[in-house]
Amino acid sequence: MDELLRVRGLKLQFRSMRGVVKALDGVDICVHDREILGLVGESGCGKTITGLAILGLLQKPQAEITGGEISYRGQDLLAKSDREMQDLRGREISMVFQDPLASLNPVFQVGHQIEDVVRIHKGVSRRESRETARRAFAEVGLPATDEMLKRYPHQFSGGMRQRVCMAMALACGSPLLIADEPTTALDVTIQAQILNLLLRLREELGVAQVIITHNVGVAAQTCDRIAVMYAGSVVEEGPVVEVLSRPRHPYTIALYECLPHGHTASELKTIPGTVPDLITPPTGCRFHPRCKHVLEVCPTAKPQPVQVGDRHWVSCFWATGQTDGADSEAAS
Amino acid sequence: MSLLQVDDLTVHFRIRRGLGKKSIDTVHAVDDVSFAITEGETLALVGESGCGKSTAARAVLQLVKPTAGTIRFLGTDLTDLSSRQRRKVMRDAQVVFQDPYSSLNPRMTVHDLVAEPLRAQAHMSGRELEARVLSMLEMVGLGTQHLWRRSHEFSGGQCQRIAIARALALDPRLVVLDEPTSALDVSVQARILVLLDDLQRRLGLTYLFIAHDLAVVESMAHSLAVMYLGRIVEQGPAREIFGAPRHPYTVALLRSSPSPDPEERGTMKVLEGDVPSAVKPPEGCRFNPRCPFRMDVCTTECPQPHAVGGHLVSCHLPDDFDTRATGSVVLV
Repeated sequence: MDELLRVRGLKLQFRSMRGVVKALDGVDICVHDREILGLVGESGCGKTITGLAILGLLQKPQAEITGGEISYRGQDLLAKSDREMQDLRGREISMVFQDPLASLNPVFQVGHQIEDVVRIHKGVSRRESRETARRAFAEVGLPATDEMLKRYPHQFSGGMRQRVCMAMALACGSPLLIADEPTTALDVTIQAQILNLLLRLREELGVAQVIITHNVGVAAQTCDRIAVMYAGSVVEEGPVVEVLSRPRHPYTIALYECLPHGHTASELKTIPGTVPDLITPPTGCRFHPRCKHVLEVCPTAKPQPVQVGDRHWVSCFWATGQTDGADSEAAS
Repeated sequence: MSLLQVDDLTVHFRIRRGLGKKSIDTVHAVDDVSFAITEGETLALVGESGCGKSTAARAVLQLVKPTAGTIRFLGTDLTDLSSRQRRKVMRDAQVVFQDPYSSLNPRMTVHDLVAEPLRAQAHMSGRELEARVLSMLEMVGLGTQHLWRRSHEFSGGQCQRIAIARALALDPRLVVLDEPTSALDVSVQARILVLLDDLQRRLGLTYLFIAHDLAVVESMAHSLAVMYLGRIVEQGPAREIFGAPRHPYTVALLRSSPSPDPEERGTMKVLEGDVPSAVKPPEGCRFNPRCPFRMDVCTTECPQPHAVGGHLVSCHLPDDFDTRATGSVVLV
């Protein structure tokens, strides 16, 4: 399998009134051809920011990339101009967002909105772009009729709107789709329909995906590999079955034990403390103040990813048995 | 004995074209819903958006006027009470809403938020009031250092604790929990569920739990009522329904929620179609347009609840019919 996207050691910060927010602190992920990667974590862990950074959608003077690299099919995305990124978005990498009503323009017919994308990227005629829009509608399971294409966003239900967004994202044949919480605003039966659609798009069109989600269940049922994020770093990455059935990082273990799945409330485990403020993040491993296996080295050095199984990487001194942290300090 | 007994509750809303104009349509929010809660237990009302679960709870709290039906709380029929008598009875029924940021007044301090019901209903003041406020906060895991802060200074989980303290201040018998953890991250959700479970045991509280997340419901509920488009389709002991669901909609709901267990990959199923409008609900069984086992009778006659095993099911299918085949399997 060829490597499609690779993010290595990505560091990113925001300027804010209260100070500099160190939002990303070394994010490593990669996506291969036809692969679905799940980016899992709780609010504020940086999963959406990672998606936006890949597409170059973060506002420039406030958001600043301070380290790392993003490469797509061997091209360095961070070196590209705004113009080049604009050309790439929607043609090579597309994104769908959590709230489809907010990402569609309420005053234009959805057919027009899709045709615009196609004409801008491919420079084709109106008639051809209409044909493409129709095909895109059929691909996402919407009736490909003129009546549907002439509707406005408010005339669709939530699930159908998300399908419209996907049709728009895929109309130009992007090989990579970044889906940011694509089912969070939807009911469970509709969520299942959309997840099935994402899997079908991979099966039929070969679309590789990054699914950003807070729902471990969504990742468990759809992804090939998952990357678990905490406070701006990927703490564990690997094949989904391996990571969820044999989690190694204390955060992944604790997160999994918090899920009410099949437990009574009295059996539930909890994680002490709260998510840190990223203006003054904890030193060393950012999870150490809440970790029950904390070692002497944890507050002083940042653990680097270490391979613990087949394509299974963990950034943790405790899980990998490095008690001195010497390698990591040298590496960073 | 039942603490709360709801019989044939119906809530319809009129839609008007403008203020003072004639009503043009009716939303059938809740139709012929009956349930009862045993003291000290939790009844969960589950279903997707628009199924009427919140409206039913609001009717129980006397926040909307039922169109028909009776609600008996603590042995008193609430329908024909004067507003003064109702105020006295409803002191024993309190509520916690989904979004604590909008249910807590941002201009009031935590102290005032918790003291307000005590002043208004129990006419407490002075040292007695202060002591009660502090003991309520301690009960939910907050302390004196939080007393004089306002809700924006707290995280979502802490705000929900304040809302719980406020609801429990008057020693109610029944607490309506309307999606109390839906806005929270999983690790915070686990802590709130543990707290609610602990409070129920310690204080002998009765919960009416409104939720759409079946895993959360499974961890909390003693009994369960599944709603679809204003009607209860199946109800009974939670363990029995989770173990052997009978109604095709219950089966679909259970099968479409993604399990975080990677061993269960490929067991998720998809139910096609959208929820119809509650303005013109389908004739007969309201689930019939989406039901894979629809028969002629389903489109004409509304099924009445009848006992199957230890619980009630409203479905025309024979009792020994295997409904496990509902929905198509999701790709993996």
